[in-house]
Amino acid sequence: MTIPANLKYTKDHEWVRIEGDIATFGISDHAQEALGDIVFVELPEIGREVNAGEAYAVVESVKAVSDVYAPLAGEVIEVNEELEGEPEKVNTDAYGTGWIAKIKITSDASVELMSDDEYTTFLEE
Amino acid sequence: MSHNDTTFKYSGTVGMQHEEPLLFEHAHEAPESISLPGVDGVISAELSAFSRKQAANIPGLSEPETVRHFVRMSQWNHGIETGFYPLGSCTMKYNPRVNEQVVRLPGLAHIHPDQPEETAQGVLELMYELQGWLGDISGLPHVTLQPAAGAHGELVGLMMIRAALDARGQQHRRKVLVPDSAHGTNPASAALCGMHTVELKSGADGRIDLDELKAHLDDDTAALMMTNPNTAGAFESDIKEICQLVHDAGGLVYGDGANLNALVGIARPGDMGIDCLHINVHKTFSTPHGGGGPGGGPVVVNDLLAPYLPVPRIEKHGDRFTLAYNCDTSVGPVLGTPGQIGVYVRANAYISAFGRQHLHKIAEDAVLNANYILHRLKDRYHVPFEGLCKHECLLTDEIQNKHGVKTLDIAKRLIDLGFHPMTVYFPLIVHGAMLIEPTETESRETLDAFCDAMLEIADACEAGDTEALHEAPLKPFRRRLDETQAARKPVLVWPE
Repeated sequence: MTIPANLKYTKDHEWVRIEGDIATFGISDHAQEALGDIVFVELPEIGREVNAGEAYAVVESVKAVSDVYAPLAGEVIEVNEELEGEPEKVNTDAYGTGWIAKIKITSDASVELMSDDEYTTFLEE
Repeated sequence: MSHNDTTFKYSGTVGMQHEEPLLFEHAHEAPESISLPGVDGVISAELSAFSRKQAANIPGLSEPETVRHFVRMSQWNHGIETGFYPLGSCTMKYNPRVNEQVVRLPGLAHIHPDQPEETAQGVLELMYELQGWLGDISGLPHVTLQPAAGAHGELVGLMMIRAALDARGQQHRRKVLVPDSAHGTNPASAALCGMHTVELKSGADGRIDLDELKAHLDDDTAALMMTNPNTAGAFESDIKEICQLVHDAGGLVYGDGANLNALVGIARPGDMGIDCLHINVHKTFSTPHGGGGPGGGPVVVNDLLAPYLPVPRIEKHGDRFTLAYNCDTSVGPVLGTPGQIGVYVRANAYISAFGRQHLHKIAEDAVLNANYILHRLKDRYHVPFEGLCKHECLLTDEIQNKHGVKTLDIAKRLIDLGFHPMTVYFPLIVHGAMLIEPTETESRETLDAFCDAMLEIADACEAGDTEALHEAPLKPFRRRLDETQAARKPVLVWPE
């Protein structure tokens, strides 16, 4: 299981990459492994305002349907439309081509974020 | 047949089973079995523009071939009358034969939903009587039988809660609290009713955490939707305090009655403080319901919600029963007919067979059977929540994970050993969950055979003999199906 050092993580197993005022969201390798084969990703609409901790997307696997929560608050500016045809990218490349959405950060609001080391410890507990 | 054959050991599923292609794959060229009367001249010139351009592609099977096709397909099926079916949260109990005798009485079997009520007095009386039973059993005296299944009952219940809040001038109360262990239908029903849901994280014991509940109760809260016993098979022992907290915050408590089997004749949701409950009569009170129907989801409510019950309502005036449509506060009709008569007949028969004095045996035997399985398996399978269970027991694959075996492998291997798998990967709060609900209708011998099969699987894991587990099922005509591909790229028409 991989946990890249350049990302932040949430207790709900989302990751976020912050570059300036743009943030990219996805779910962690642990999350995709726990969910099993992803068969559908419901993406948010461009322009939607999301609050930190708000469900912004839905991932459906053969086992379960789960909400995906926004680590930060902002406006959705881009979604990974490739997931509509190839949801398996969330399984095969959770931190790369399996990204879900990009937002423009509009406030300081954030859920509790962890570093890679903190997330590793969190998973071990 | 070898007596060492594992299949024979538990249930015996080897025999004259027939492979069977799809109807369209039978190798007949012409539809030789189909002999329609001549249609020349019947189709008028005006309609001829609409006649088919291509052949109808009707499979050319003879009548015996057609009958055999469907009978063979049915033999591939597994039902409670074929064998043990311990599907957790589904209460797959045996449907006694006497129910089928009663439901086939001509006056019941041939009744029509639109016939005049004076010609349907018997059925109305039966429905009225069933309403009385359900009110007594739940402690919630006002009843609508109409909802066609459990999830429909959830929607109808929430519609009533919403109407009651609106009548108080509280149109802003639209938040529904749902524990993370809930059935998936709960948040779906709330959304369909125009409400939004907030998930409550369960406590370490799998039950509702009072502090978590308190933190989310506010002036926007419409209701808490909960299942008791919950989907981990545990009784919510704080139920009275939970209901009090919700009521103090101005909200109502909706009970999901899917697990009522654990309480029948012992404890009543109405006494616990629950305001509104649906009852899956097809589960709790028997009706064969595998494959999605038929179902029945009557809703029972307290005095507060009674004005909002759907119409028509069955009323008794002297010796006559009528369907009353006239009620300003009602949420209106929720089904095109007064309901699913066959399900009501079977439920009434099942309840009447026990009678008021013995109804408690349903819950007692269901809980005893589940705890028997738990006791026999608890040293070999991980038990996520300690203590006695109610009508279903929850295990996980944690021990088998060490040998690379997952819940799905165990479930598939059970098919080889002659049992329908338990519910897997639910509730979602438990990793690798296996939820086993035997119901009260199984004998100790059946429970033992199932436990022996589960122990054999545990033995195979520990011996490192896991190849069959990963390959399972080995015996059926169709081996492990590619569920991922079926979900990602479903083939919905033939031919492609």
